[in-house]
Amino acid sequence: MTTPIKSVHPEAEYAAFLAEGRFMVQRSASTSEAVFFPRVAQPVTGRDDLEWVEASGAGSLYSFTVVRNKPPAADYIIALVDLNEGVRMMSRLIDCHPESLSIGMPLQAKIGDVDGVPAVLFQPVEGASA
Amino acid sequence: MTGFPRGRAAIVGAATFGIDSKPGYSAIELLAKAAFAAIADAGLAPLDIDAVFSMLPEDPFSAMSVPEYLGIRPRVVETTRTGGSAFQIQAMWAALALDAGLCNAVLICYGSNQRSGAGGLVRSGGAPFPFEAPYKPRNPTTSYALAAKRHMHQYGTTREQLAEVAVAARKWAQLNPDAYMRDPLSIDDVMNARMVSDPLTVRDCCLVTDGAAAVVMTRSDRARDLPNRPAYLLGAADATWHRNISTLKDVTLTAASDAAPRAFAQAGVKPADIDVVELYDAFTINTILFLEDLGFCPKGEGGRFVADGAIAPGGRLPVNTNGGGLSCVHPGMYGLFTMVEAVTQLRGVAGGRQIADAKLALAHGNGGVLSSQAVTIWGTEETL
Repeated sequence: MTTPIKSVHPEAEYAAFLAEGRFMVQRSASTSEAVFFPRVAQPVTGRDDLEWVEASGAGSLYSFTVVRNKPPAADYIIALVDLNEGVRMMSRLIDCHPESLSIGMPLQAKIGDVDGVPAVLFQPVEGASA
Repeated sequence: MTGFPRGRAAIVGAATFGIDSKPGYSAIELLAKAAFAAIADAGLAPLDIDAVFSMLPEDPFSAMSVPEYLGIRPRVVETTRTGGSAFQIQAMWAALALDAGLCNAVLICYGSNQRSGAGGLVRSGGAPFPFEAPYKPRNPTTSYALAAKRHMHQYGTTREQLAEVAVAARKWAQLNPDAYMRDPLSIDDVMNARMVSDPLTVRDCCLVTDGAAAVVMTRSDRARDLPNRPAYLLGAADATWHRNISTLKDVTLTAASDAAPRAFAQAGVKPADIDVVELYDAFTINTILFLEDLGFCPKGEGGRFVADGAIAPGGRLPVNTNGGGLSCVHPGMYGLFTMVEAVTQLRGVAGGRQIADAKLALAHGNGGVLSSQAVTIWGTEETL
């Protein structure tokens, strides 16, 4: 368990962590509730005791769509992913075919990039199904 | 007691302009053509207008640009920027401002040259999406596709049922000489069209057209002295839940489910009382979601509700009688056109698509990616 890092400049810090290859999410120090997307305070409560913790990277597929492109540009899969921490994010699915996907299936995060920009991506958990 | 001035304000003038492709016109030129036409339709002169509620997607300062262009010095201005639902929200504020005596005649107006001028989708500005944009969703389509996919999973909605929405819209458009796309369209045509963002094909997506629209609202006592049959505003409410689709908890349930009960309560009517329904159908999934969230069918039943031509001409519920954003017009923010069509129906001047004896019309607006939802309910004199 790493020492929590105080969250001061949420948007910039999230990007800086990603650039270091780390997927971090915020949580409230007092309640342990996760917050995503990163904010200066927890939505609804306004609680500002947010700190960064390493995300587990485990999640499940909430919905997905294949963005179709004219060749030679490749199609890609945009997904909404429910993290086990209890928050949802948009991402891309990699290393899979759309036909093999089913809503609810377990996913695992992997730091990669989209056109050179660091990003949290997801791939199906090997051998798993919804 | 809802506090809403039910039936105390009305649309007395309405017009559209250039709802196809109008090369050479700027957005404000299109807007001004519709605005002057709506004022004339109301039997008023431009200087009778003392409140201008405007929307030019690419101009955050339309509150100043539009009055200047029209030569009007308004005492009240309003430029709600919730995307395509802005106009229903403006109608709500117009009724309240008129009832409070802040102004006497409100012009609500919009124009876009999205098709001919911008050469594609108009970017209406706004803050970036730092936690979605890096993944390059093809928005707005991708966000609506995510909702459609989830609705299919959660409720068994089928690809064919989505296509039914587009086919119904096209059948209405074929009855509307002003509609942009009037060629025959089948369920197979929709399903076999180019896939844009699964499960949505290009025929599940709204048109990209130019277009402008405008309406004029006055207090009801004055409305009765003007030439047109007034369309009285009986109820109006909106709700806003998110901006990023990733923060909408259940992407199959929109804020329309919050706004609609309030609008119906103000109007003192039920969904079953409505004669004609004008929804913001930017994508085929919209019509299904909003029929549910506005209370025309239970949650999850929207796909089955629209099956077998149920919302097409001759079906059980007339929906999007002008052809909608899918087949009539969609310059980027379609919301004002739902109100114009509601007024057209309540006046009884909709020609071949006229719903016999239409007394109550619902005109709905959607903004963002299912984000802002606004509901207006309009009625004829006998509904007061």
